[in-house]
Amino acid sequence: MSAADIVGSLALERRMGRGWAIAFAVAVALTVLLGVGIIVLLDRGVGIWGIDVPVAWAFAIADYVWWIAMGMAGTFISAALYLTRQGWRTALNRYAEAMTVFAVSVSGLFPILHLGRPWFFYWLAPYPNRMALWPQWRSSLLWDFFAISAYLLVSILYFYLGLLPDLAALRDRATTRGTQLFYGLLALGWRAEARQWDRFQTLSAMLAGLAVPLVFSVHSMVALDFSEGLLPGWHSTIFPPFFVAGALFSGFAMALVLAIALRSYFGLGSVITGRHLDNLAKVLLATGLFVAYSYVCEVFFAFYSSDQHEIRLTLNRFQGSYAWTYWVTAFCNVGSIQLLWFPRMRANVVVLLTVSILVVFGMWMERFMLIVTSLYRDFLPSSWGMFYPTRWDFVFLFGSIGLFFALFLLFLRYLPMVSMFELRKSSHSEHRRP
Amino acid sequence: MTRIYGYMAQFDRPESLLQAARALRNLGYTRLEAHTPYPVEGLAEVLGIPPSRIPRVMFAGGLLAALGTLAIQYYSAVFNYPINVGGRPDASWPAFIPAALEMALLGASLCGVVAMLRGSGLPRLHHPVFDIEGFDRATRDAHFLVVLSDDPRCDEDSIVTELRALNPLRVGRVPA
Repeated sequence: MSAADIVGSLALERRMGRGWAIAFAVAVALTVLLGVGIIVLLDRGVGIWGIDVPVAWAFAIADYVWWIAMGMAGTFISAALYLTRQGWRTALNRYAEAMTVFAVSVSGLFPILHLGRPWFFYWLAPYPNRMALWPQWRSSLLWDFFAISAYLLVSILYFYLGLLPDLAALRDRATTRGTQLFYGLLALGWRAEARQWDRFQTLSAMLAGLAVPLVFSVHSMVALDFSEGLLPGWHSTIFPPFFVAGALFSGFAMALVLAIALRSYFGLGSVITGRHLDNLAKVLLATGLFVAYSYVCEVFFAFYSSDQHEIRLTLNRFQGSYAWTYWVTAFCNVGSIQLLWFPRMRANVVVLLTVSILVVFGMWMERFMLIVTSLYRDFLPSSWGMFYPTRWDFVFLFGSIGLFFALFLLFLRYLPMVSMFELRKSSHSEHRRP
Repeated sequence: MTRIYGYMAQFDRPESLLQAARALRNLGYTRLEAHTPYPVEGLAEVLGIPPSRIPRVMFAGGLLAALGTLAIQYYSAVFNYPINVGGRPDASWPAFIPAALEMALLGASLCGVVAMLRGSGLPRLHHPVFDIEGFDRATRDAHFLVVLSDDPRCDEDSIVTELRALNPLRVGRVPA
């Protein structure tokens, strides 16, 4: 059986094994917890979280930025490697795109739930209404709404387009009426015509070309949510590029975690090879160095600005009440990745997994640190205050992780986790070589 | 007599299919269609498929979405509901760019997908080629070349012999 047939069988026969079942049960339990959290939130308001004045943003915004950042890498991996004609993309693009779609969907929940009256979130959209009101076009929160909506829709389109030929392949291999109908309807009648392939390839290239600037713009908008504020530590032009680097960094870390998990659990060592892990680790190191550079720049510009509030904030991050978050961030995001300079470390799956999990965790800590340290020491000492998370803060954090994995595990069960037609194409061109 | 959609020949390798398509084009056939498990380099040129208009449609869609978003912002901020924020101009063009940019990318992508589906005749629930025996392997390892019956060069008596001469795995009629 060819690699593509093995991937196809995994989607059709759905023998996922006990590990999948246990993971899915845990993920669904956490999702239910998130559901309970949302109901309580709608009933009692955002006061169930630990947020208060002055720290009015905390876990929910950190979760939001964390998730949308992980949603950046999937499309970027797929599109940038497509445009640069990297053959090794084949093994990674499908699950990375799925990761994007689910991470962005999960992230979109947080700003809406944080609104206070989430049921009015559609007021962000410009539509004719009897209040004769318009959204505030000059606000970065509105730009963010447009950016996330556009990004979510484009990533779904991009993911679905790439799936079309594979859905047709599953339709053709399906043996029961139910699966034939399911995949047949999703495949839209794809018949692998030369004309269809031609249009498919044109559109794939065009969407890839649009997706790369889209990724950069979307995460820049997320950063502008902070830059447009006047708080020390936020009001900085470095934020958009700094956030994009952080997004790719955490996204590549998540992609690496998932690659290692898929590879060992489904025995896909021949598809996701050591070379893929090595390449991902190198990109992780490179994006991590961008992030490290941004950390250094932040400190430099704080002192260079001669602004006493900026300087005070920077010193406070080093040694204030939340100094531990700064040093944990520095250890995870700058320290741990230095191991990846060594080829032997990049070949060691345990090291790779540990470093990537540290990075995923470190990037959450970074967002928490950036948000809370800027807020808890206001310009006026009389309004200083600490942030203490409540149990609901943790319910939403872990619940969102559960929701993401529940969606991802369903994807593994029902859709081919690696692009089958591209596997066939690359295995054909390999055989042709002398 | 049943109406015929076309005549098909099945090949095991994309190279043989490409060669056969070239041979048929040289014989003067113009209405050819091919079905392959993955895109075959150069096949679209051999079959004479015109270049896609998708890029132009996407450009138009993106431009329209961008201008539309700018227009709605200008109308609402300048005419319908002007708000004076610290004396800043009502038409805050730099602040109008982000939403317009995102909508341009979204508009281009949506138009591209619609253009792609229209250009490739999708969605479609049924098609005559699905009746070809073993067509389910076209998404796996079979390569089909179909001469459409409305080809002016297509002659029912000679086409089968001409297809056989290309050394296919098998040849058959495809009822409409």
